[in-house]
Amino acid sequence: MAVDQGAGSKLPGLLVSLGKNESTKTLLKVIILAIIAAAAVASRLFSVIRFESIIHEFDPWFNFRATKYLVANGFYQFWDWFDDRTWHPLGRVTGGTLYPGLMVTSGVIYHLLRFLTVPVDIRNICVLLAPAFSGLTAYAAYLLTNEMTTSSSAGLLAAAFMGITPGYISRSVAGSYDNEAIAIFLLVFTFYLWIKALKLGSMLWGALCALFYGYMVASWGGYAFITCLVPLHAFVLICMGRFSMRLYVAYTTWYALGTLASMQIPFVGFLPVRTSEHMPALGIFGFLQLVAFLEYVRSAVPSRQFQTFLYVGLGGIFGVGLLGLVGLTAGGYIAPWSGRFYSLWDTGYAKIHIPIIASVSEHQPTAWPAFFFDLNLLIWLFPAGVYMCFQRLEDEHVFIIVYALFGSYFAGVMVRLMLTLTPVVCVAAAIAASQLLDTYLQYKSPEVVESKEEESTDGTAKKASKQGSLRSASQPVVGIYNVLSKAFIAGAMTLFLLIFVQHCTWVTSNAYSSPSVVLASRMPDGSQHIIDDYREAYQWLRQNTKEDAKIMSWWDYGYQIGGMADRPTLVDNNTWNNTHIATVGKAMSSREEVAYPIMRQHEVDYVLVVFGGLLGYSGDDINKFLWMVRIAEGIWPDEVKERDFFTPRGEYKVDADASETMKNSLMYKMSYHNYATLFPPGQAQDRVRGARLPDQSPVLNSLEEAYTSENWIIRIYKVKDLDNVGRDHAAAASFERGHKKKKAIKKRGPRVLRAE
Amino acid sequence: MAPKKPATATGPAATSASTSTTTSSSSSQIDKIAGNIFQHYQKTTPQRTKLIDAFMAFLVIVGGLQFAYCILAGNYPFNAFLSGFSATVGQFVLTASLRIQTTEANKSEFPLVSPERAFADYVVGSLILHFFCINFIN
Repeated sequence: MAVDQGAGSKLPGLLVSLGKNESTKTLLKVIILAIIAAAAVASRLFSVIRFESIIHEFDPWFNFRATKYLVANGFYQFWDWFDDRTWHPLGRVTGGTLYPGLMVTSGVIYHLLRFLTVPVDIRNICVLLAPAFSGLTAYAAYLLTNEMTTSSSAGLLAAAFMGITPGYISRSVAGSYDNEAIAIFLLVFTFYLWIKALKLGSMLWGALCALFYGYMVASWGGYAFITCLVPLHAFVLICMGRFSMRLYVAYTTWYALGTLASMQIPFVGFLPVRTSEHMPALGIFGFLQLVAFLEYVRSAVPSRQFQTFLYVGLGGIFGVGLLGLVGLTAGGYIAPWSGRFYSLWDTGYAKIHIPIIASVSEHQPTAWPAFFFDLNLLIWLFPAGVYMCFQRLEDEHVFIIVYALFGSYFAGVMVRLMLTLTPVVCVAAAIAASQLLDTYLQYKSPEVVESKEEESTDGTAKKASKQGSLRSASQPVVGIYNVLSKAFIAGAMTLFLLIFVQHCTWVTSNAYSSPSVVLASRMPDGSQHIIDDYREAYQWLRQNTKEDAKIMSWWDYGYQIGGMADRPTLVDNNTWNNTHIATVGKAMSSREEVAYPIMRQHEVDYVLVVFGGLLGYSGDDINKFLWMVRIAEGIWPDEVKERDFFTPRGEYKVDADASETMKNSLMYKMSYHNYATLFPPGQAQDRVRGARLPDQSPVLNSLEEAYTSENWIIRIYKVKDLDNVGRDHAAAASFERGHKKKKAIKKRGPRVLRAE
Repeated sequence: MAPKKPATATGPAATSASTSTTTSSSSSQIDKIAGNIFQHYQKTTPQRTKLIDAFMAFLVIVGGLQFAYCILAGNYPFNAFLSGFSATVGQFVLTASLRIQTTEANKSEFPLVSPERAFADYVVGSLILHFFCINFIN
C-alpha cells in the first residue's frame, strides 16, 4: 500500500501532461483520488490488524457509550439524556453538554446500513468511522488546493499528503472514535466552501458553508478556530484594500446563517452572542455592513465630500462600537475570554491557575521535534508553499497565508492543535511540490533555446525551483529543458516523497496505532505479548459487583469504567466540575481517616487505582499523583499541601525516604499494599521509578483488596462498611491482626471535613 | 449593525452636532453630502431595486423595534428574541446580497450570477435561515 501510494502521488505530474484529452484526465483523477482514499483508509487499519477492532483510549469510550445510547433509545431520548451513572451523586446533563455530531453521524450510518439490510455492529461503525472520514478529508484537501492553483497535480498531491500525514493520522486511526475523526474533514471542507463562496460571491455557497460550519459546531469544540479564522481573513482582506461585494455577500451570508446554525446545539447555545471568542466574527459582520455602505456612498458623492463623511462617520461609529463592547464586557453581558483561551496566549497560565487543564498532556506546548515527527518532509515544503501564495496573492492565497500564521502559532502552543495546522501544511506543501514537479517534468521542450546558459548553472533544487517559478511568472516560455537537471531534480523529489511515505507508514504503525487500552510488549523471542489488564479488571467489575456499585478512580479512567465496566463513577474525563475532581483528589491524597468519610459521603463502593510498578508502566497513578495533589490543593489549600509530598530535599520519592504524608496517603497505600510480598525480602522494587521499597507493606484499615489484575496494573479495593461494634477501622483491623491488648491509642474521631 | 442606512445617515448629523464647535461649515457640508447621496439614489436606482430597498428599510425598522423592546422590556425569552432578531438581520443581509448581485454596476464582480440565479440563491438562503429560526424560537 505504501509503495503504490508513493507511485500514486508521483504519477499525476507525468500523466496529466500525457493525457491530452479532458475526459482521460478526469478519469485519471478519479482513479488517483480513489487510490489515495484507499491508502488513507488502509494506513489507518494498523491498529485493527495489530490488535483488534476495539475503541481506543479514553474519550472514545464515552462517545461509544453515547452512540450506543443513541442507537438504542432514539434521537429525542438522546437529546434529553440525563446520565445519573456518572459524576455520582451529581449526574450529568449529557444531552446538553456534548457535541452530538459524531454520535449522530454514526447513528445515521448505522440506520442507513440497516435499511440496506447490511447487518453491521455499531462498534464496527464506530471503529471504522475515522478511517472512512479520512478518505473524505483527502478529497476535501484536493478541492481546497484546486481553488488555490491552476496546476491539477497540486490538488492530488495535497490529497495524498492529507491522507497519510501522521499529524492527522494521530487522531484518526481505526478505533480512535473521537470528535476529531469527523471534525477535520468538516474543517477542511468548510474552508473549501468559504473560499468558493468568496471567489464566486455566491449566497448559495455561503449558505452551504454555513451549513457545514453548523455541522462542525455540532462535532467539535475546535469550531472556534473557524469562527476566528474566517473573520480574520475578511479583516485582512479589508485592511489590504481588497474589500469587494463578493466578500460582503459571502461573509454576511455565512455569518448570519452559521451563527444561527451554531446556536441550535444546546452545548453552544447562546455562546455566540455572549463570549469574547465569538466577538471578532460579530465585529467583522458589523464592520462589513459599514464598509459596504461606505462603498455605496463613495460611488454616490465626489471624493472630497466622501473624505469628510468618512472621517466623521466611520470614526464615530467605530468609537461607539468599541465603547459598547467594552461596556458590555465590563457589565458582564459578554463573558471575557475563558481560561483555555488565556492558556493559548500565555503557556504558563494554565499551570498556575487551572491545574486541571495543565494536567492533560495534550495541552502542553509542542516540542520542536514533534513538528518533524508529524509532518516530516512537509514542514520543509510548507514555507515554500506559503511563499508561492505570496507570489500570486489573490483573496484565496491570503487565506492560506493567514491560516498558516494562525495555525503555526497555535500548533506551537498546544500539542493537540497540530491537528488544525496539518491541513494547511498539506495544501501549502502540495503547492510547492507541484510547482517543482510541473517545472521539471515538462515533457516537451519548446524550440526557444535562448535561456540555455541559465539553467545549466543551477545546481540545487531550491535555487532552481525559485528561478524557474520567478521566470515563469515574468515570461512563461522559459523552463528547464536539460534532460540531466530534469532527471536529477525529479529523481531527488521522488526519493523524498518515497521517504516521506515510508516515514508515515513507520510512524503510523509504531507510534499512533496503540489502543492504550491494550498494551503490547515484546517477548524475549521477539513475538508480541498482549497485556490486557485493563479489560480484565473492568470485566471483573462488570461481573462481580452490584449494578450500581460506585467506583472511585482518578478522572482519566472514568469514561473507560463507564464504557467497559458499565458502573457509575464519581468523576470522568468530562471535567466539568473541578470541585468534584478535587474531592476525589483529596480522598486519594489524604490519610485514611480523612479519606474514609469522604468515600462514605459519596457512597463509594470500590476504589480503582492504576499501578505500573511491577510492569514498568509509566502512565500510572503514582506518576499522576502530584496533579491530584495540586488540584485538591486548589480547593483545600490548608488541608492538602504539595510540599508535604516531597522529601525534605525536594525529591518525589516512593521508597523508604518518602515523606510521611506521602506514605500515609491513600493512593500510596493502595498502590503498594502487599506489593513487597511479591518479592524475596529486601528485593521489592518499583520498576517505573526505579526505587527499592521497604519490606513492610503499608497497612490499609478502611479498605480491603478486592481484585488485582494479572500484571498488577489495576488494583481494586472495596470500601469496608462501618464496624459492627462501633470501633473505628484502625482498632478493628488491629484486633483482627491479633493485637488483643487494648493499647491506649488516642482515638481520633473522623475529622469534620465539610462544614455543611 | 442592522440600522445601517438610517443610522449612518443620522449618525454623522448627531456627531456633527457635537463637533459643531469647530466649524459651523462642517454641518452644512454634511447636509450637502446627504443631499447628494439622496439625489444620486433617486437618479440611478431602478424601480425594482427601490422595492428591495423598501423591504430592507422595513427590516431595519422591525429589527430596531425588536432591539428597543429587548432593552426596554427585557430579553426574557432570550431564544425568542435572538431568533426574531437574527431573522431580521439575516433577512436583511440576504436581501442586501440580492440587491448587490442584481445591481448593474456590480456586474463585473459577479460574471456568473444572473438575476434569476441570485433570486434562487436568495430563496434557498432565506429558507435555511427561517428553518433555523423556527427551530430555535422554542
